[in-house]
Amino acid sequence: MGIGKNINRVDALSKVRGTTKYTEDLIPHNALTAKILHSKIANGIVKDIDISEALKIEGVMKIVTCFDVPDTDFSTAGHPYSLDPTHADIKDRKLLNKRIRYYGDDVAVVVAIDQIAAQKALEAIKVNYEQFEPRLNVYDNKKIENPLHEFYPDDVMSRMDFYLESDNKAIFKNHKVLDELVKNHSIEGNLPDSNKSMKKNEYTLPIVQHAHIENIVCFAYMEGKRHIVVSATQVPHVVRRIVSEALKIAIGDVQVIKPYIGGGFGNKQDIIYEPLAMYLSKLMGGVCISLILSREETFINSRTRHGMKITTMLNTEDNSLRMQNRAASIISNQGAYSTHGHAIAANAITNYFQMYSGSGMQFGSSVSKYSNLPSAAAMRAYGIPQICFATESQMDDYAREAGFDPIEFRIVNLAKIGDVEPFNDIHINSNGLVECINKGKELISWDDKKKKYEEFNINSKDFKKGIGIALFAYKTGVYPITVETSSCRIILNQDGSLQVQVGAIEIGQGSDTAFCQIASEILSIPEDKINIVSCQDTDISPFDPGAYASRQTYIGGGAVKKAAVLLKKKILEKAVNKLGISFKELDLIDEYIIRKSDGEKLEKLENVILYSMYSLNNTEHLTAEATYTGLNNAFAYGACFADICVDIPLGKIEIYKMYSIHDSGKIINPQLAEAQVHGAVAMGVGYAIGEEMLFDKISGKPLNNNFLDYKIPTSMDIPEIEVAFVETYEPSGPFGNKALGEPPIIAPAPAIRNAVLFATGVSINSLPLNPQKLVSAFKEANLIDEE
Amino acid sequence: MLKIIKLNVNGKINEISYDDRESLTDTLRNIGLTSVKKGCEAGECGACTVLLDGKAINSCLYLTSWAEGKEITTVEGLATEDNDFLHPVQKAFVEEAAVQCGFCTPGLILTTTELMNSGKKCDRHEIREEISGHLCRCTGYENIINAVEKVVGKDIS
Amino acid sequence: MYDIKKNYQGRTISDVLNIMKENSDVKIIAGGTDMLIKMKERKIKDVEILSIGDIEDLRGIEIDEAGTIVIKAATRFIEIIKNEYILKYIPTLAKACNQIGSPQIRNIATIGGNLCNGAVSADAVPTLLVLEAELHLIDCDGNKRTINVNDFHTGPGKTNLVSGKEILTKIHIKKENYENYSFDYYKYGKRNAMEIATLGCAVGIKLSNDKNIVDDFKIAYSVAAPTPRRCKSIEQLIVGEGVTQDTVNLIKIENISELLPRDSWRASKDFRLQLIKEIGRRTTINAIEANGGKLC
Ligand SMILES: Cc1cc2nc3c(=O)[nH]c(=O)nc-3n(C[C@H](O)[C@H](O)[C@H](O)COP(=O)(O)OP(=O)(O)OC[C@H]3O[C@@H](n4cnc5c(N)ncnc54)[C@H](O)[C@@H]3O)c2cc1C
Ligand code: FES
Ligand code: FES
Repeated sequence: MGIGKNINRVDALSKVRGTTKYTEDLIPHNALTAKILHSKIANGIVKDIDISEALKIEGVMKIVTCFDVPDTDFSTAGHPYSLDPTHADIKDRKLLNKRIRYYGDDVAVVVAIDQIAAQKALEAIKVNYEQFEPRLNVYDNKKIENPLHEFYPDDVMSRMDFYLESDNKAIFKNHKVLDELVKNHSIEGNLPDSNKSMKKNEYTLPIVQHAHIENIVCFAYMEGKRHIVVSATQVPHVVRRIVSEALKIAIGDVQVIKPYIGGGFGNKQDIIYEPLAMYLSKLMGGVCISLILSREETFINSRTRHGMKITTMLNTEDNSLRMQNRAASIISNQGAYSTHGHAIAANAITNYFQMYSGSGMQFGSSVSKYSNLPSAAAMRAYGIPQICFATESQMDDYAREAGFDPIEFRIVNLAKIGDVEPFNDIHINSNGLVECINKGKELISWDDKKKKYEEFNINSKDFKKGIGIALFAYKTGVYPITVETSSCRIILNQDGSLQVQVGAIEIGQGSDTAFCQIASEILSIPEDKINIVSCQDTDISPFDPGAYASRQTYIGGGAVKKAAVLLKKKILEKAVNKLGISFKELDLIDEYIIRKSDGEKLEKLENVILYSMYSLNNTEHLTAEATYTGLNNAFAYGACFADICVDIPLGKIEIYKMYSIHDSGKIINPQLAEAQVHGAVAMGVGYAIGEEMLFDKISGKPLNNNFLDYKIPTSMDIPEIEVAFVETYEPSGPFGNKALGEPPIIAPAPAIRNAVLFATGVSINSLPLNPQKLVSAFKEANLIDEE
Repeated sequence: MLKIIKLNVNGKINEISYDDRESLTDTLRNIGLTSVKKGCEAGECGACTVLLDGKAINSCLYLTSWAEGKEITTVEGLATEDNDFLHPVQKAFVEEAAVQCGFCTPGLILTTTELMNSGKKCDRHEIREEISGHLCRCTGYENIINAVEKVVGKDIS
Repeated sequence: MYDIKKNYQGRTISDVLNIMKENSDVKIIAGGTDMLIKMKERKIKDVEILSIGDIEDLRGIEIDEAGTIVIKAATRFIEIIKNEYILKYIPTLAKACNQIGSPQIRNIATIGGNLCNGAVSADAVPTLLVLEAELHLIDCDGNKRTINVNDFHTGPGKTNLVSGKEILTKIHIKKENYENYSFDYYKYGKRNAMEIATLGCAVGIKLSNDKNIVDDFKIAYSVAAPTPRRCKSIEQLIVGEGVTQDTVNLIKIENISELLPRDSWRASKDFRLQLIKEIGRRTTINAIEANGGKLC
C-alpha cells in the first residue's frame, strides 16, 4: 500500500478481460462514416472540385469541400491557453484547406452510410489543382517561390538565437546581432577567445512516427445545444477549447469525453479532426459522425517527430578534459503546419547547454522551417532524442579524436547539484547521473567487455563487437515556459472507500495507478478501495491541460496529494466533532482515527464518514477538491548502455542487451516504472536501427505509411532490457519524484551508435543505422572488400 | 448483402445477420465483442487476433462468411466460472505488468492461450518468435515475454 | 468491410470449376492474405470472389510410393511447417515457410496463394525453384496440365496461370530432386519478423560421396529480378568444382547475369548486389555443411 510499492495497474483486469472501452468501441451503430479526401499533390492550390458524380453514389449523405468550410483558422497544438500573445500557437489551418501544403492535405470530406460508399465517393471526386514544386528539404537555402504560409515569406516559422554569458545565463539576440557578434555566422569558423580550433560535426535525424496501435479516432454528435465529442485524445480540456474556437461555440456548450486510449506518445496531443467531426454533425442536424483514420492515414495525417539537422562545434581547454567553447545549431523540418514546432526546436537547442557546460563562449541557434511534408509535433521527449543524438555522438567523436576516455570526458563536464540551468532559472536540486553511470558500467561489465571486445575485433573481420554509452538530462514539466496546473477531486464514500477524479490523463503510462498510490499513502486507505475515474469528461472531470511532457505524476500527483491532504484534514475535523478530542492529537492510520500520543485506535474511518453523512441534523459529504500550481521544474537524468555485435558484410546490428539506468527521483511504483523504461527503450531502439518515414523525392508522396514498411520493432527485434534506478529525492516533486515516462527513449540511439563506433571505428552521423547505410559506410572505411 | 450466419463464438452458437462483405473483425465487434481491436486491418499488427478452431488468426483478414461451423474464441470468452473469471494467461499478464495501454493485450493473450493449449514449452527466444505477429508499442515486449514465460516457460511443469 | 460484389463459396473442386465456367470474372481466394490486402488497397474493386480455402481436396500433404511429395494448393503454411514428411525429407521448405509474415498469417495463408500471387518476394518460391517443383493446374473445362515452377512466373505479379479459368491444385516434389541433396534458405529483411524479404536465397547442393566435389548445385533468388529465379550462370560455374572457399567465391557480381536487381526506395541496387553475393555465399556454405561437406 502506498508509494514505493509494486501495485498492479488499476486498469489491468479490465484490459486483460477485453472489457475496457476505447473510443471506437463506443461509436453508436447508427453513426455515419466520414472519410477525408486527401490531396494527391504536395504543394499547390485547389482550383475547383467536382463532386457531382460522387453525390450519385448510393449511400453518400453529404460532401463538404474546402470551398464550403468556415474561414476560421485554428491551431492544432494541444498546449494550454497562453496569456502571453507572443507565446500563443500559430493558427494556420482551416477545417479543410484550399492551399495544399503536403501530400495528403485535407481537401474535402464525404459523409456516407458505410466505409465502402464513402471510399467510392472519394474516388469519384475530381479535383483540379494548380501545382507548385514540392519542397521537402529544409536544409538547403533554395529561394522560396511560393511560401507555404502567408506571413512567413522565407518559410521560416521561427528562429531563436542566444549566447551564454560567463555566469552561464542565456542572452537571446536577434540572429543578425548575434551574427555580428561572432562574425559571419554563429557557428562558422573559430570563435574568438579560443586557443584551439573547434571540431565541427553534423548530425541528421529522420522523421519518425509515434505508431501507437490505436489509430486516430473520434466521433461527434449533438444533444440539444450540447456539442459532444468523444475522442482518443491526450488533452480533452484543450480539445474543448479548440473545438469552441474553431467552430465559434461557447465553451460550456462543448463536452469532450476521453475513453481509454490505445497509446498516444504525444501524437494525440494535437487536435486535428475533432473540430471537423463536430462541424459535420452540426451541419447535419446533430447526427453522430464517426471519423476513423486508417493506419495509412494515421501515419501521414496526424503528426510526426521532427527531422533535424544539427551542427555542433566544440573545443576543450589546453591539456584538460574541460570543455571550453561550444556552439550548436538546429534546422528543424516542421512540415506543413506549425502545431508545436517553435516549442520543440527551442526545447532541443536549450538542452544542449543543460547537461554539460563549457568554460568559454557558448552559442546556440534553432530554426524551424516549413516544408511540404506531414506536420511534426510532440513526440515522447519533445525534441530531446534528436539533440541528444548529436550531443552524445559528439562526445564520443571528440573523445576518440582527442584520445580521452569517453566516460571520463562526460563526467568532467556534467552540470551538478547547485548549478542553475541557463535559460529558465531552474535550480538543480537532485542529480544522480554519476551514480547512474557507475551502476550501468557495473551492470554491463564495461571495463571487462571493453578489453574483451577490443581483442575480439582484432581477429574478427566479418563480426565486430561493441559497447556504447549515452547520457541525457530531461526537464520533467513545462514550467516556466507554460503554466503548470492540475486539479483533483476526491469523494469519500460511506464505507470508507474513495472515488478519485483527476484531470490528468492516463494514456497507458500508468498515471492512474500512481495517483491511487498517492491517495492511499496520505489517506491510509488501501488501493483496492480507491476507484479512480479513468475516463475524462470535461463536464465533470476537474481541469488539467493533459498528458504531455513527463508531468502527470509530478504535477497531477501534486494535485492528488493536495486534495488528499485536504480530505484528511476534513476527516480529522469531523472526528474532532464526533470524539471531542482536539485536532492536533488525532491522526489517520490504517483506516482508523488514532490518538497520536499512544497510537490507540479511537474510531473506524467508516464510522466517521457515516456520522458525517447521516447525522440527522447536520450532514456533510466529505469531498475535497484542489488545484495544484507547479512553480518549479526538475531534471531527470540517466545513462543508457548498449552491448552489440555488427555483422559487417550485411550491415546488421545485433543488440545483445540494453541497459537503462535512471535518476527519476523517488520511484512511486518500481514494477510499472520499469515497464515504462522497457517501452521507451524499445522505441529508442526502433529510432536507432530502423524507423524512418520515407517520401518520394519528387512528388512528396509517402512511401512507407503502413506497419509492414515502417519498421517499428517486433518482439524479434528487441533485446533483453535491464533497468535500474538510482533513487534521489527531488524536493519539487510531490514525493521526491520526477520525470520517467519519456526520458528512457532519449539515449538508446546514441548509445547504439557509439557502440557501432567502438566496434568498427566508423562514425555514423545519421539515423537510422540501417543496413544499407552501414554497408556503404563500411565499404568506404574498407571494412568490406570490393571485388 | 445481408445474410444470416450461425457463429459459434466463445462456446455459444449465435444466429446473427451480417453483411457478406464483412471481415470477422467487423462482425465480432458488431455483436459487442470489442476486445477484437483494429490497428491496421492489413494483418500487420495482430490487434484483431482471435482463435479460430484454437488457432490464432488475424480476424481483419478473414471473411465472416468463412467462419460458419468453426469455433471462435475472443478474450471475452476466456474468463469463466471454472477459472474464477481469470484465465491463467490473463492472470500472468496482470501480475507481470505486461499491460500498458492495453490495445495489443487481447490479441497477445489469445496467441499465448493457443501456445498454452498446444502444450509446447518455450524459452524466451521461442516466445519472441511465437508472439512476433503482435506489435506492441508500449511495453518493449519485456514484461509480455515474462508473462508468457510464466505460462509456457521451459522450467514450468 | 471489403468491396465484394459477390461472394461465392466453393465446396469441392468441381464446384469451383463450375462457378468459374459460369462467371468469367470471379477471382479465386484461398487464405486471402494477398487478395484481401489488394482489395483494401483498392487495387481490386467491386469484385466477385470464389473462396477455395476450405475445400478438403485442396488441403493436405502426402507422399506416394515413388517418394514424390504432394502438397495440395490450399495447404496452410502452418501445416507445412509441422508436417512429418516435410520435416523428414525437405525441412528447408519448413524453414522457408516459417519465415513468412507472422504466426497468425502462417495459420491462414496458403502455399498455392504464395505461388499464384506471383510476388517477387514470395518466400516459399526460391525453395520450390531449387526443388524443381511441378505444379498441377486444372481449368474450368476440366483440362489438366503440369508445369515446372521454374517456368511459372512470367513477371512481377504475373504467372502462367490463366486467371479466372484455371486453378492450381497441387505441387509435386520428386524424390530425385531432394534425395541426397542438402538445402538452405536465407531470408534477408530489415526486421526479424513481419517482414517482406529484401532478398531471399535458396540453395540446393549435392556433393560427391567423398564430399570433395560439388556434383550438383542449384541457387535461386527472390527480389533480385522481375521474378523469383534461378541463377544458372553461377550454377554452371560451381557444378564439378571442389568444395572450397574459392568455389563459393564464384558467387560474385560478375557472374550473376540473369539477375537484375534494381534501385528502389526499399533498397539500392548496390546494396542488393552486396546481399546477393554475401547471402549467396553464406547460404551455400550452410548447405554444404548440411550435406556433410567442409570448405577447404
Ligand atoms: C502481414 C502480411 C505479411 C506477409 N508476409 C509475407 C512474407 O513474409 N513472405 C511471403 O512470401 N508472403 C508474405 N505475405 C503474403 C501472403 O501471405 C502470401 O503470399 C500467401 O502465401 C498468400 O496465400 P493466400 O492463400 O493467403 O493467398 P490469396 O490472397 O488467397 O491468393 C493470392 C493470389 O493467388 C491466387 N490463388 C490462390 N490460390 C490459388 C489456387 N489454388 N489456384 C489459383 N489461384 C490461386 C488468388 O487468386 C490470388 O491472386 C504477407 C501478407 C501479409 C498480409
Ligand atoms: S487489425 Fe488485423 S492485424 Fe492489424
Ligand atoms: S500495451 Fe499499448 S500497444 Fe501493447
